[in-house]
Amino acid sequence: MTATADPTKAADPVATTGSTTGAATAPAVPATAAQPHTYVLAGTVEEALAAMAGGARPVAGGTDLVVGARHGKAPLPASLVGVHQLAELRGVHPLGPPGAGDGLRVGALVTHAELAGHADVLARWTGLADAAAIVGSPATRANGTLGGNVMNASPAMDTGAPLLCHDALAVLHGPRQVRRVPLGELWTAPGRVSAAPDELLVAVEIPEPLHGEGVATGSAYVRLQYRRQMEIAIVGAAAVVSLVSGQVVRARVAITALAPTIHRVPAAEESLVGTDGGAAAIRAAAQLAAEAARPISDVRGSAAYRRAMAAVVARRALVTAITRAGGGGVPVPASDTTFGS
Amino acid sequence: MTHPVTLTINGVAQALELDPHRSLLTVLREDVGLTGTKEGCDDSECGACMVLIDGRPTNSCSYLAVQADGAEVTTVEGLSGAAGPTALQAAFLQHGGVQCGFCTPGMLVSATALLERVPQPAIDEIRIGLSGNLCRCTGYDGIVRAVAQVAAGSQAGGAEDGDGGTAPA
Repeated sequence: MTATADPTKAADPVATTGSTTGAATAPAVPATAAQPHTYVLAGTVEEALAAMAGGARPVAGGTDLVVGARHGKAPLPASLVGVHQLAELRGVHPLGPPGAGDGLRVGALVTHAELAGHADVLARWTGLADAAAIVGSPATRANGTLGGNVMNASPAMDTGAPLLCHDALAVLHGPRQVRRVPLGELWTAPGRVSAAPDELLVAVEIPEPLHGEGVATGSAYVRLQYRRQMEIAIVGAAAVVSLVSGQVVRARVAITALAPTIHRVPAAEESLVGTDGGAAAIRAAAQLAAEAARPISDVRGSAAYRRAMAAVVARRALVTAITRAGGGGVPVPASDTTFGS
Repeated sequence: MTHPVTLTINGVAQALELDPHRSLLTVLREDVGLTGTKEGCDDSECGACMVLIDGRPTNSCSYLAVQADGAEVTTVEGLSGAAGPTALQAAFLQHGGVQCGFCTPGMLVSATALLERVPQPAIDEIRIGLSGNLCRCTGYDGIVRAVAQVAAGSQAGGAEDGDGGTAPA
């Protein structure tokens, strides 16, 4: 994928706050006076799917869908289905038996505030907590959902890079089947997902970070921001790094607001494996992450500035992840606590 | 096509027939007659429209009214009781946290949500808690001190910082 010539169409990361759990690939239906506005409240996933099969778009927190409509990005769909009361889409649950450490199933309706305050997320998926803690404002975090954030598919969304680094899967419930899609295959372009319009995101499954005898894993998400709140990433990066006896055995690096979709940088990851995860190795990996960037110029920053800052932000994310892997406490959110480092 | 909903606003249930596209803000102001909640940016940027939905701070300009069906909505009018201003409202007056007043309802609602969640926030937590609310008059200082005073009061059982630091009228 290459950056397109029109910067407003390429990777404009305008809306990053999650809310709708629907397929962003659904064709926008103009809400004209001729088309009556309809709304149903789904009591079950099946009811939601039935409404979506009839053309309704799902709405949960509304923090993207409603605001986006006002911006003229896409009119509010004439037909809406409220999914905000679906019990099956709530809660953060262990993927395996309780206490087994087999990963998490995060319901699509889980809010950013819930994620940022969840003890397991803070302890084992710390980079995701870094991201959830800085989305929008307290009101955005109280209402905006992870499902909406994922399906909105903004290249600037904060939770995207840490989810990618943690190998998260989107659980899509369609009329005939449930399928699991790696997030790297879900996001296809700014605001575009590979889900069908009649598929509902019900959860995001996040595997357990690498662990075991002698394995130490740490993660982080850092964004470049002009202010700490009510902000959208100018540049962001996430890292998940596992060490054994002081040597990196596995690394994940993903970049945010630097390409039409958030994506991992395999070259940066491979360069870290086998190193001591020290300053030189981090600097080299961060440089590779920056070289993978294909940024645009927009109101938040020029392409040249984004490119220049990519290495800085990737380095901060890597330093923080490795520090955390080593047991060093770096407070959440890392974007605030690593500022200037 | 309208949709029937029952909104419980400040403890009072109201049955309404609403266009599903209408925001909770317009319904509160135009149908229910509660005009304490303000329209500022109409874009979730300024926080003048902040209300509580089941205790969650919410930009009512960007929340579909039909989705509040069955929920408890609290507006600025619902914060104070018959006894008069709450401690938070009194502190806003004392510290000059109000000048033109347009942001005040949203500030009070956000501060209420913050204090409910974190009864004794640090100054930085107060600033984060109010980060979704813009004030163009006070410079925020009196507002932050007002919230800090209430937080301190909840700890010490009484108000501190009696100088008021009143902002210019």
